[in-house]
Amino acid sequence: MSESTTTAPAAVGRTYKDYAKPWYQRLLVNRESAVIAALIIVIIYAWTQVPYFAQPITFTYLLLDIMPILLIALPMTLVIITGEIDLSVASTVGLSSVILGTLSQAGVPLVAAAVIALIVGALGGALNGFLITVVGLPSLAVTIGTLALYRGLAVGLLGTTAVTEFDEFWKDLVKSKLFDTPIPTVTVLFVVLAAVFVFLLHFTPFGRGIFAIGLSPETARFSGVRVERSKFILFVLTGTISALAGIFYTLRFSSARGDNATGLELAVIAAVLLGGVSIFGGRGAIHGVIAGVLLIGTLSSALRLASVTSDVINIITGALLIASVVSTSVLAVVRSKRTKPGGKKSDPLAAAKG
Amino acid sequence: MTALFTAPQPGLGQRVTHSLGGVAKARETGILLALIIIVAAATIKNPSFLFSADGFRDLLLTPSILLLVAVGQAIIIITRNVDLSVGSTLGLTAYLTGRLFIDVPGIPIVAVFAIGIVFGGLLGLVNGALVAFAKVPSLVITLGTLYAYRGINVLWTGSDRINSSDFPKAFLGLGTQQILYIPVLTLIALVVLIAAGYYLRNLRGGRELYAIGSDPQAANLYGLKVTQRVLVAFIVCGALAGLAGVLYAARYGTVNSQAGSGFELQAVGAAVIGGVAIFGGSGTVWGAAIGAYLLFTINRALPILGVQDFWQRAVVGVLIIGAIVLDRVLALRSTRKLVEARDAGNV
Amino acid sequence: MSSSTDASTPALELTRIAKAFGAVIALTNGTLALHPGSIHALVGENGAGKSTLVKIIAGLYQRDSGDFTLGGETVDFKSTAESKNAGIAVIYQEPTLFPDLSVTENIFMGRQPTLSLGRIDRKAMHTQALELFERLGVRIDPDRPTLGLSIADQQLIEIAKAISLDAKVLVMDEPTAALSGVEVERLFAVARSLRDEGRALLFISHRFDEVFDLCDTVTVMRDGAYISTSPIADTTVEKIVREMVGRDVATLFPKEEAAIGDEVLVVEGLTEAGVFHDISFSVRSGEIVALAGLVGAGRSEIARAIFGVDGYSSGSVKVNGRVVPKRNPAKAMQLGIALVPEDRRKQGLVLESSVSGNATLAIRKQLTASGFLTKNAENAAARIWASRLEVKTFALDTEAGTLSGGNQQKVVLAKWLATNPSVLIIDEPTRGIDVGTKAEVHRLLSQLAGEGLAILMISSELPEVLGMADRVLVVREGRITADQPRATATAETVMLAATQSLEAAK
Repeated sequence: MSESTTTAPAAVGRTYKDYAKPWYQRLLVNRESAVIAALIIVIIYAWTQVPYFAQPITFTYLLLDIMPILLIALPMTLVIITGEIDLSVASTVGLSSVILGTLSQAGVPLVAAAVIALIVGALGGALNGFLITVVGLPSLAVTIGTLALYRGLAVGLLGTTAVTEFDEFWKDLVKSKLFDTPIPTVTVLFVVLAAVFVFLLHFTPFGRGIFAIGLSPETARFSGVRVERSKFILFVLTGTISALAGIFYTLRFSSARGDNATGLELAVIAAVLLGGVSIFGGRGAIHGVIAGVLLIGTLSSALRLASVTSDVINIITGALLIASVVSTSVLAVVRSKRTKPGGKKSDPLAAAKG
Repeated sequence: MTALFTAPQPGLGQRVTHSLGGVAKARETGILLALIIIVAAATIKNPSFLFSADGFRDLLLTPSILLLVAVGQAIIIITRNVDLSVGSTLGLTAYLTGRLFIDVPGIPIVAVFAIGIVFGGLLGLVNGALVAFAKVPSLVITLGTLYAYRGINVLWTGSDRINSSDFPKAFLGLGTQQILYIPVLTLIALVVLIAAGYYLRNLRGGRELYAIGSDPQAANLYGLKVTQRVLVAFIVCGALAGLAGVLYAARYGTVNSQAGSGFELQAVGAAVIGGVAIFGGSGTVWGAAIGAYLLFTINRALPILGVQDFWQRAVVGVLIIGAIVLDRVLALRSTRKLVEARDAGNV
Repeated sequence: MSSSTDASTPALELTRIAKAFGAVIALTNGTLALHPGSIHALVGENGAGKSTLVKIIAGLYQRDSGDFTLGGETVDFKSTAESKNAGIAVIYQEPTLFPDLSVTENIFMGRQPTLSLGRIDRKAMHTQALELFERLGVRIDPDRPTLGLSIADQQLIEIAKAISLDAKVLVMDEPTAALSGVEVERLFAVARSLRDEGRALLFISHRFDEVFDLCDTVTVMRDGAYISTSPIADTTVEKIVREMVGRDVATLFPKEEAAIGDEVLVVEGLTEAGVFHDISFSVRSGEIVALAGLVGAGRSEIARAIFGVDGYSSGSVKVNGRVVPKRNPAKAMQLGIALVPEDRRKQGLVLESSVSGNATLAIRKQLTASGFLTKNAENAAARIWASRLEVKTFALDTEAGTLSGGNQQKVVLAKWLATNPSVLIIDEPTRGIDVGTKAEVHRLLSQLAGEGLAILMISSELPEVLGMADRVLVVREGRITADQPRATATAETVMLAATQSLEAAK
C-alpha cells in the first residue's frame, strides 16, 4: 500500500457513467427528500393556518423542546445504520441529570459536575459497547437491560426528590437566544455537533465503514473495517451525547429528577426512522434525520397551538412512523417484484447461482 | 441398502443433546430456585412477607397480570418478533372496562371479559397485519402502535379517572377472591399459562412458531404458513394484553390514562430472564411466567432485605443483563460441544 | 414403488419453458425430461438458465410459457409448498434447516404425526426418523439440535425430509461444493440407492468428474436455451464444454513464465488447534503457489488466519520481512496482504452497495483528501480499476448484487488490486463463474505474477491448480503433506497427497 493506485495502465475502451439516474432523480427521489417535503408542507400549513405559530417565540420553544431529541438522534442514526439499537439513551439522560443535580447540590462547581456527568454517560455507553461487541450480546436485549439499570441508578440516587437549585448563569445561558434572533444559543452547539456527524458519516472512511457494517458485516470485516471497535465507539458516543442532552434538560427546566426524560428513547428512534434511516441498517442520512425531528417538533408545536391535546401528537407520531416504514417496505417489495419476481431480500437460492 | 446403520449409542452427541434439553429445563429450574431463595430470604427477615394472609395473596396475585403479558410477549419473541405496544393495549382495555361498566349499566361481567379480550385481539391484529403482510419489522410497528394506542387512551380518558365506585362490587371482588387460598386472577393466569404451554409444546402450530423464529427464511422455503402464524401470534398477544387490562381494572379498581405504562419492557425482561432467546426459536412460556414472578417478587423483597426500593429497577436491569450474558456463555459452550461431538464422529 | 410402470413416461418434463423478468430474459427454451430410475445431470455456464429452471420446478417462479408435466400430467405450482406436496424435493447448496430444533422436528415440521386432539406423537416421530436414517445408512442422533451439524449431514437430513415426503423427483443443486471426498461418496451412495428405488434425480454441477461418475444422462444448456441431451456413455468432457461455451476452448489456463524474485510471504509454524498444524511455506514475488486439497482440509482457514480475520495459537507470518500481527486485517492490508475470500457474496462484496463503493472499500483511507472522502474520488478510483478489469456494468452506482458472478468477482479483484498489495491470497478464484470469465481471471493472475505480485491461490479444481501454479502445496486435514513443483505435479500425485490418510483409515 506504499504507492498510489495509478500504477495500472490506462483504461482500455470501457467507459462508465457515474450514475445510472439523472441528477434530479437522484436528488429528489429518495427518503430524505420525502421527509423534507413533508416538513415544508407542515410548516407552510402551520404558518398560514395556525394562530400564533408564525411568532418568533414559537420557534424558540420548538427548538428548545426538541433539542434533546435533536442531539441524541445524531449518534443514534449511526447506531441504527450499523444494524444495532440503543434503548438506554433516555435512562442515561436521567442518570446524567441526577449526577449533575447531586454533585451541584454538594457544592461541586457546575462545569466540573457537567464534565463528570459526561464521563458517566460515556462509561454507560462503554458498558453497552462492551456487552455488545466483546461479549457478543444482541443490542436490543442489552439496552433493555441497561435502560432499566441506568434508570434504576438514577432513581435510586435521588429517590423521589428533585434538585432545583442551579447556577443562574448557566440556566440563563441555556435558555438564552442568539443576539436578537429567536434562535436559542444552544442551537450553535447542535449545529456544530451536526456538522461533525455529517462529516463523520458521509465524508470519512469511518462513515463508509459504518454503512458497510450495516449492509454486510462479514464483508466489512474482510475489508479491514474494525467492526467491533467502530460499534463500541458509537455506543460511547450515544452515551456521551445522551449525558449532554441530560445536562441541557436539567438546566433548562431547573430540575434534576430520577425520572427525567422517561420515554425519550422512543421519540428519538421514531424521529430517526421517520427521517429515512432503515431499521435493517445500511442506509440513512443526517439531513433526513434532522428533518424528521423537526417534523415531529413542528407538528407538536402546531397542534398544541391549535388547542389540540398533546396526546394527539403521540397518535400522529405513531401513525407517521408506521406509514413511513410500511411505505418503504411496500416500495422495496414492488421493486424486487419487478426485477425478479419470487425473489426475496436475502435469497438463499441466489447463493447457488453466485 | 446395506445395514451400515446401528442405533446410535448414547454417545457424546446424545449426552450433549440431553444436557441441552437439560439446559433449557435448567434455566426454568434455575430461576424457580432463585425465586424460592428470594422468597425464603425475605420471609426469614420478615415472616409476614409470606405468611400473612395479605402477603401470600399479594405475591400470587399482582404478578399474574404481568404474567399474562409476559406469556403473550414470549410467544411473540419466539417467532423472532417483539411487541412493544402491550402496555398501551393493557391501558386502553382497562379504561374500556371501566367505561363499559359506566356506560352500559348491568352489563354481565363475562361480557366485559369477552369484549376486553376481543378488543385486545383487534389491537394485536393491527400489529400482526402490518408485520405479517407489509413485512415491516415488528420493533418499529409496535413502537408506532405503542405511541398511537397510548395517545388514543389519553385522548379518550381526557381528565377523567375511573374509580372503584364505578365498578360493580362483584367485579372488584374477583380481584380479591380466592379459591383454596389461590386468588381467582392467579387461577385465570395459570389456566392461560397451561394452555399456552401445551400449545407451544404439543401442537403443530406451536412447533411452527419455533421454526419461524429459528430461521424465517427456512420456514418460508419449507412452505409453512408464516404469515398466518405470525398474524395469529400477534392477535393472541394482544388478546392476552386485553385480558390483562380487564384483570388490572379488577385488581386496582382505579384506572387512569397511564395504566400499563412500562409493562412492555417488563414483559420483555421477564421473558428474557425466563430463557426466551431474543432472537427467537427457543424458550418457554413457563420460563417467562417464572420470570414475571421473579421480577415482581424482587421488587417486593428488596425493601425487606434492606435495599431501598428505589434501587429495584437497577436490580431488574442487572438481572436482565445477567440473563442474556448467561445465555450467551451457555450457547457458546454448547455449540462448541456439539461441534466437538460431530468432529469425533459421534453424531 | 408406486411410480409409473411405463418407463418412457418421464417423471418430470419441461418443454420449451420461457421466463423473463422485465427486460431480462432468463429462459427462452428450457427443456428437460427426467425419467424415473435415472440420475440426470444438468450443466451450463452461469447465466445459462439452470437456476431459473430449478426455481420453476420448485414452484418459486411461474413459467411464462411452455409445458410442465409431472408424471404425464400438466402442473402449475404457485408455491414451494405445492411442488413439495406434488412430490418434488429440492436440495440446495446451503441447506436451510431450523438450528434450534431437533433433527426429527426439522424433518417432520408441519406434518408431525399426531394423536387425538392434534397432540404430536413424539415417539412415532422418533421411530420414523430412525427408520429414515436406517434407509439412508447414516448415523445421526434424531434428538440433537441441527445447530452445529456439518453441511454434509444437513444435506442428508434434507434428503431424509424428501424421502419422508415420498418425493418422486429430487433436484440437487451443486450439492458437493462444500463436501469432502468421503462425504461426497456417501452422498453418491445415497443418490444411487434413491435411483434404484425408482425416483428421478436431477444433479446440477460444475464438476465434470462427478457428473461422469454419478450420472447416466446429461443435458446441456446455454444462454437460456436447451442445447442437447445425451447418455453419459456417448459423450466426453470436451464435447460438453464445447456445447456449453459454443466455441472451442483451447487452453483455459495460460500461466506464462515470470521472473521469480525474493520471498514476499513467509509463514512459519502456523498452528490453530483442531484446524491446522505447523503450516510453513513461502511465496516469492512472481510466483503462483497453489494450496490444493479437499474441501474442509483447512485451506481457507489458513488463508483467513494469515490475513487476520481468524486467529491462530502459534506461529508467525511475515511480509517483506515485517511481522504481520494476528487478528488485525487492517494492519495486514497496510503491510501489503490482500485476501479475495471464498464466499463472494457474503465476504467479498457489499451486495447492496454500488460497484464504486465496493471497489474502493479497501482503499477508502487512501482516497481521503484533507480529511474528506468524496463520491467523486471514489468514482475516479473505481473507474480506473473497473475498466482495467473490464467489469461489465452500465454505471458505477449499479448495485453489486445485480451483476453476474463473473463480474462480481472482477469487482472484488478490483477492490483488492487497488490496494497495490505485495501478496494476493485468492480463495477459489473461479468458483461459480462462466468459462469465458474464468479464462479472463486466469490471464489476469498470470499477468499480475509477471508484474511481480506474489500469489497464493486456493483451489479445489485440479486442472486450475495444475495449470496455474508454479508450486503446489497439498493440505490434508490441516497439515501440508506435499510441496510439488510445476514440473512434477500431476493430478495423481496431488490427489494422493490430499487423501492418503482417508485411504489408510479405510
